[in-house]
Amino acid sequence: MTALWAILLRDMRIAVRIGGGALMGVLFFLAVVTLIPFAIGPDQALLRKIGPAILWLGALLASLLGLDRLFAADHEDGSLDLILMGAASLELTVAAKGLAHWITTGLPLVLAVPVLGLLLDLDPLAIGAVALTLLAGTPALTFIGMIGAALAVALRRGGLLLPVLVLPLTVPVLIFGVSAAETAVIGPLMFGTPFLILCALTLMSLVIGPFAAAATLRQGLD
Amino acid sequence: MRGGREVFEGVNFTVAGGEALAVTGRNGAGKTTLLRLIAGLLEPAQGRLELTGGAADATLPEQAHYLGHRDALKPALSVQENLAFWHAFFGGHDASAAGALETVGLADLAGLPAAYLSAGQRRRLAIARLIAAPRPIWLLDEPTAALDTAGQGRLVELMRAHLDHGGLIVAATHGPLGLGGVKELRLGDPVPPAATGGGEKSAP
Repeated sequence: MTALWAILLRDMRIAVRIGGGALMGVLFFLAVVTLIPFAIGPDQALLRKIGPAILWLGALLASLLGLDRLFAADHEDGSLDLILMGAASLELTVAAKGLAHWITTGLPLVLAVPVLGLLLDLDPLAIGAVALTLLAGTPALTFIGMIGAALAVALRRGGLLLPVLVLPLTVPVLIFGVSAAETAVIGPLMFGTPFLILCALTLMSLVIGPFAAAATLRQGLD
Repeated sequence: MRGGREVFEGVNFTVAGGEALAVTGRNGAGKTTLLRLIAGLLEPAQGRLELTGGAADATLPEQAHYLGHRDALKPALSVQENLAFWHAFFGGHDASAAGALETVGLADLAGLPAAYLSAGQRRRLAIARLIAAPRPIWLLDEPTAALDTAGQGRLVELMRAHLDHGGLIVAATHGPLGLGGVKELRLGDPVPPAATGGGEKSAP
């Protein structure tokens, strides 16, 4: 447990230091969401209608930023070698890294939603629904993206490969996240149905992500 | 095998507790590959590594320290934080961590971000990791690289103390290690006669 705590604290500490990626995602999120009303024009009814989808898309893209560094940084400076030699199981270590990444990049996105929702003229109910679905859904984005981050290390190709690999896998999360947020506002379905499927997707990715990423990292040793 | 190329074959050696093995050979002979094999970071194409004795419930890599070319330091964290992380990760005793920075001569720089360290100071910090979390097997890849004379002297003292405590060192090196009575394994040359004695490790 000490080893996992150590990893979690170290990654969070690095993320909030100068050059860390903690605020980059939120700033990108802010940029995307503020640009959309300029592109669409001052049609408040339209903005209100597509607001949840815009927030979800922005959060999805923002959560991919910095994900390619999740393992690549440790690989480049030799830390990954030592982590592999530790007594802690690689799956749990990888999960701890994912958790640290989510706390520093995913959680700030959720916290930013109330502010950004006002820019899109969403009412409090819709803002609450989007924030709740993002809280449930962004861990899935991080833990699915983790597989791509491990592949980027194993295949020695960072950067562009990651979104290409990861984005298709995040489609179900996007679909159920947006539909849960929208049904809370306009119906006709119950909010609970898509929301529970979203939660199930997150739980599945929490299990599959670390195992797949750990297997990929072991395979990519050199 | 590395990158689809066979690096070496027919290597056979044993190292007992309290002994050091110097792995020598030309550049590209496979010194680093051999150390990474022992560290469990590469899979041997053929042959095996055996550890007799040692903690029964831990694998060979879990009882080894690997000091590679890369120092495994985070530039954003301070010297103290870098060491404290590896200490916590490897689960060393608190007593060993406190003196480790002092031992390598970095106690004055404990609060400085590792980004500002020189190459030699980074190396010293990496060496401090070996002391902060005791493990019986040290795998050192050109440990004296970038160290000044005083640093090399201190490393020799540390290695000698480690051997005296029954530890085991496998070091890839070009120059002399400065330890007396070191066994040598030359890679890339005709295979020497098999080492004898009840060893801790063998890789036929």
